[in-house]
Amino acid sequence: MIRFTAIRLVEIAAMLVLMSFVIYALIGLMPGDPIDLMLGADPHLTSADVARLKQLYGVDRPLIERYLAWAHAALSGDLGYSRLFSAPVAATLLPRLGNSLVLLGLSFVIAFAASLGLGIAAARRPRSRFDAAVNFTCFAGVSLPTFWLALILILVFAEGLGWLPASGMGGSEGGVFADRLRHLILPVATLTIASIGGYTRYVRAAMRDALGQDHIRTARSKGASEARVVWRHALRGAMVPIATILALSFGTLVSGALVTEEMFAYPGMGKLIFDAVMGNDYNLALAALLLATAVTMLANLAADLAYAWLDPRVSYR
Amino acid sequence: MRLPLLLPLVLLAAIAAASLAGPLVAHVMGADPAAVDLLDRFAGPSVAHPLGTDELGRDMLLRLLEGGRVSLTIGVAASLAAAVLGAAIGLASGYLGGWTDRVLMRFADGVIALPLLPLLIVLAALDLKKLGIPHVIADSPAISLIRIVVLAVLVGWTTAARLVRGATLVTRSRDFVRAARSLGAGTPHILWRHILPNVMAPLVVATTLSVGDIILLESVLSFLGLGVQPPLASWGSMLSNAEELITSSPFIAIYPGAMIFLTVIACNLLGDGLLQRFDPRDAARM
Repeated sequence: MIRFTAIRLVEIAAMLVLMSFVIYALIGLMPGDPIDLMLGADPHLTSADVARLKQLYGVDRPLIERYLAWAHAALSGDLGYSRLFSAPVAATLLPRLGNSLVLLGLSFVIAFAASLGLGIAAARRPRSRFDAAVNFTCFAGVSLPTFWLALILILVFAEGLGWLPASGMGGSEGGVFADRLRHLILPVATLTIASIGGYTRYVRAAMRDALGQDHIRTARSKGASEARVVWRHALRGAMVPIATILALSFGTLVSGALVTEEMFAYPGMGKLIFDAVMGNDYNLALAALLLATAVTMLANLAADLAYAWLDPRVSYR
Repeated sequence: MRLPLLLPLVLLAAIAAASLAGPLVAHVMGADPAAVDLLDRFAGPSVAHPLGTDELGRDMLLRLLEGGRVSLTIGVAASLAAAVLGAAIGLASGYLGGWTDRVLMRFADGVIALPLLPLLIVLAALDLKKLGIPHVIADSPAISLIRIVVLAVLVGWTTAARLVRGATLVTRSRDFVRAARSLGAGTPHILWRHILPNVMAPLVVATTLSVGDIILLESVLSFLGLGVQPPLASWGSMLSNAEELITSSPFIAIYPGAMIFLTVIACNLLGDGLLQRFDPRDAARM
């Protein structure tokens, strides 16, 4: 197990190095050019200045040389300077990461709690009307375009009824906490509705499988109460696939809300990545994309480990 | 619960037929989906415009059918291409085994373990001219269509590859395959005549399900302005400036999204319904 984890960690590190080069090369292929942007911002620049700027930023050197210079600086903790936010990259990333964690964490807890309840209730009454209703709602949930759901929620609750703010993070007017909470309601609702269907389908399928096992029949026949059978015996078996999904969804914690954050102008990591990519902010885009990649890969490892830890039949040698 | 097969099939057929008949409808109505009429913007439903007009006075119904043609074409083309590429990789991986298998499957694992949407945004925004592709091609509207298909295939092949690999591993040691080999059948013949037919059912299910996923992916990228480029329009790109328009005319935002939703839910129902019919063991869980 330790050996397996160590090998996987080395693989992840290697993959990150590879991805950092790929992303570095790709970002250089974005439309526009940072030097041109500076030229546009200051019409007094001469062609001599341009040459000097190109040398200063190293744009005239070959790709691999520039990449190695970036990697050297990044490894010593210097991720560069964000042109878009006029601040060091690390200082720009951290607060955004916090905002995303609040948004995604809240909706994740709500969606997961609800899907656990719905999925288990549906699995206990297979082929009932309730089961069919849950099943159909799940189909609808996984088929909804997130951005459209957000549009509808804005249309109804912000434009129509005027109950809730449609964009931003708040925290400026009135009670800071209350205002932030008001701004969170619609984005959290969007993410929750968008993810609840998928989770519920997993929980329902896992519980169905678990309730059909022989040891459940044994537990029932020795007189265990129905609640004990469901919550102790079956849920334990169902936890293996559920924990896998749980761990995997941590991988989406960094960039999973990109569309939602963009729709509600919520200053999180997803919107940051989008703005950095679209705004030619190379340093910021590179660091943010790498962070998202690292978190996703670690979540995958966590899912594998949870799987092995919960199911004694699985072993990684 | 038995999932309905007929309902999603009829729904999909109706949407596809209506979209394909778009030019015909335009001809009958005597209107052009691209015709701009700035004096008749945000019009409500009328005889001339059954669903009203959009922010440039274009007929909403014709635009929806036009968008449907683009969205469905991308969804079907990309999922078929992903299925073919995935099946080829899966067959190679499962049948050849050894190093080929290890490298290909590690690669698939790597693709699956990436944060796909942010990376697809980077790929969708790439300036093709910087890759040395000539202006005329890089700026043509058709290239935005092809680009989306390529991106969808890049992320979509892994499902088919894993399915086909698994089925190939099981099938290649079955007696009828051994018999065929001992009769002197070559590898291409065995793969094509004996192994592929045995993986067709799960492959069809996966491909049906992926049509919905790809339509969703296309709609997100187009909505963000990185997908289908004007003058072409897809359901997603029709929503790209809906955010500013929802106050003046909410229906502009509602119709295209509703079409995406209906199409995707039909694909998902059809895919899972087929899975239920093909694999009775899984059927118990639905």
